[in-house]
Amino acid sequence: MGTLLAKEIEQKVKQGQKVTGAEAVILSLLCEGVETVFGYPGGAIMPIYDALFQYQEQLKHILVRHEQGAIHAAQGFARVSGEVGVCMATSGPGATNLITGIADAKIDSTPLVCITGQVASHLLGTDAFQETDVIGISMPVTKWNYQVTTVEEIPEVIAKAFYIAHSGRPGPVLIDITKDAQIASFEFKYKKCESIRSYHPVPKINHDHIQQAADLISQAKKPYMLIGQGVTLSNAEQELIAFVEKSGIPVASTLLGLSAFPPDHELYVGYLGMHGNYGANILTNTCDLLIACGMRFDDRVTGNLDTYAKQAKVLHIEIDPAEIDKNVKTDVAVNADAKEALTLLTAKIEKGAYPEWLAEFRECDGMEKDKVIDHHIKPGKGELKMGEVIHLISEKTKGEAVVVTDVGQHQMATSRYYKYRSNKSNVTSGGLGTMGFALPAAFGAKIGAPDREVIAIIGDGGFQMTLQELGSIFQYKVPVKIVVLNNNFLGMVRQWQQLFFEKRYSSTEMVNPNFTAIVSGYDITTNKVTSREKIGEAIDQMIAHQGPYFLEVIVEKEENVFPMVPSGACVTEIRLE
Amino acid sequence: MEDKKNAQITDKNIAINGSAMAEDNQVKTFTISVLTENKSGLLNGVTIVFTRRKVNIESINVSITEVEGVSRYTIMVSCSREIVEKIVKQIRKLVEVLGAFVYEQEEIHYQELALYKVQSKHIMNGNKVENLVRNNGARILVIEEDYIVIEKTGHMHETFNMFEKLKPFGVLEFVRSGRIAISKSKRETTTFLKELEEASKIKINK
Repeated sequence: MGTLLAKEIEQKVKQGQKVTGAEAVILSLLCEGVETVFGYPGGAIMPIYDALFQYQEQLKHILVRHEQGAIHAAQGFARVSGEVGVCMATSGPGATNLITGIADAKIDSTPLVCITGQVASHLLGTDAFQETDVIGISMPVTKWNYQVTTVEEIPEVIAKAFYIAHSGRPGPVLIDITKDAQIASFEFKYKKCESIRSYHPVPKINHDHIQQAADLISQAKKPYMLIGQGVTLSNAEQELIAFVEKSGIPVASTLLGLSAFPPDHELYVGYLGMHGNYGANILTNTCDLLIACGMRFDDRVTGNLDTYAKQAKVLHIEIDPAEIDKNVKTDVAVNADAKEALTLLTAKIEKGAYPEWLAEFRECDGMEKDKVIDHHIKPGKGELKMGEVIHLISEKTKGEAVVVTDVGQHQMATSRYYKYRSNKSNVTSGGLGTMGFALPAAFGAKIGAPDREVIAIIGDGGFQMTLQELGSIFQYKVPVKIVVLNNNFLGMVRQWQQLFFEKRYSSTEMVNPNFTAIVSGYDITTNKVTSREKIGEAIDQMIAHQGPYFLEVIVEKEENVFPMVPSGACVTEIRLE
Repeated sequence: MEDKKNAQITDKNIAINGSAMAEDNQVKTFTISVLTENKSGLLNGVTIVFTRRKVNIESINVSITEVEGVSRYTIMVSCSREIVEKIVKQIRKLVEVLGAFVYEQEEIHYQELALYKVQSKHIMNGNKVENLVRNNGARILVIEEDYIVIEKTGHMHETFNMFEKLKPFGVLEFVRSGRIAISKSKRETTTFLKELEEASKIKINK
């Protein structure tokens, strides 16, 4: 039972004492080992908040400033801790404000349990005050959802919710509890959910497929491995290293796979996708075996599927059977958890090395360094570039920080230039691309990993989507470091307008407020840097600071992120400038 | 026996080569059979899988089965095999779905039911309608003062033919049910469920 329960709580759980539905919710969360909940109260969830009052010691509630903040914080918490993130909101607008985060968690496979209050069951369907059909609305974006209308269902449904959220391919679960079910009383008993007959989170390993995979590897001359967040989610980082070192196969990572494999490893060849590394992208169309592990061939990785890796055999290691053959047809599919599959596969393969093949990647790296990287991380003159700021943060934190990014150019610069040397350190909104994600996700991450340095890197656009969460950081004194890379533009959209819409900068230039003045209003220490001479010292000061800290960096107004595979183009059509 | 998550969707093992790919892209009628726990709201979850991919459901039927608490959805769609397989994989991911299978016409026994409301004067004046009913394997369900209701089971073209033949008599209302189907497989639902229960208990040693 995860946490140590105070004596009287333990008694309540053991003896089947009579409690209200609201108290049963709290007790169920405690039984699941939950210590922190992010949320916002309101009419239909008031009984639960009332019950929470007497459990403040055991269950810490973080009052956010907007429900979207609660869910992104829960996501940040889950991503760094590997545990289920929990958030609560009231009915109606409270519930609908969670939806963006739920959709984000669904597409990025983040385990969450969201609890929403609902109007009393006799009012369902009457357009009652703050009534919304959150079950209907959230159905396409949750892994599972359920409306509780009777008190007796509460423990079983919550147990099921946690089981579903974290098992197999993780995802968000929503439980909607009517107010009358929160108020009614019953005898509380809790039993963790261990299986559901209609739900098979762990595929049965097919050893023939493992053998076929090993055969493909033994025949390959130019094997190439792509890894995704599946490695992180299955805690398979060590197994991946063992596999890669034995097989000698070069490895590249998707956006969400970053921090699952050491970037300094001699077999690491970079970051995939639209703004990924040159070699990592173009050599996809040169390899003879493409091994995808825990990734889903997102269009930002593959570009045009009709020209993607057509020359190669494809081996896909994936826990979700619906991802197999979804975008890229496989020759061999291993439907399994990454950790289990990699362990079995490593035992089956011979030791290998592909020095000439690896050299092809290194040759591309050299070209990229000359044409792109040096200009971005060591420009030496002109305005500050995003790349050099990220590079410095990476150096000064030795790649050990948890880095939380928002969405846009700064996100791509961070993915390119932050060297994640520690696992579970990359928190970003990948699949959904939710601007406004980073600030709340960062304080959630800091609560999920209190001993780690957590740095949020945000653009000036995304920062203003959820900056009200500075209030949560202020109230709970969450020592998170916030870096805003300010170019007074919605930079990524502007880049597309420049490259594909004849520089028609439609609604992308921003007239921004005095950010440091706003942040100072929350009593957070701030600094603003506009020149290259000051940036190193400013980052040092930020890292050395004990509490929350805000650093605004004015960066080049019209900088572009390169390389770039234009949307829908072939991966080999990657542009270096 | 088909395992819900791992098995090929049908017994047909289509290799990925040129000709099979062409076959994959052909639009055909498929019957999807879904076994589920009886949970309210699940119908919405199932149909969302289709709407999201803009695939039109031609007919859908939900019924109880020989196993208590287990429902069967029978869904008819016209699309390519590639799309129907992707849809079925997504349906299988719904937590309450026990199993989902896709069949082509020759892999199932299927039927539909049609009802036709015709003015009763036609049955009073001569026996044309009565003959039509008898010769088409239909039956008269009710005779009211103003109208009669004719019932016919059959495949879509048969019930539609009947409609065409009744048209001259003035059909007041015509309604056709969704398809219901039974597969030719020897699978027993209870055995299938037992296997599912075993499979749901697989754990990873971490």
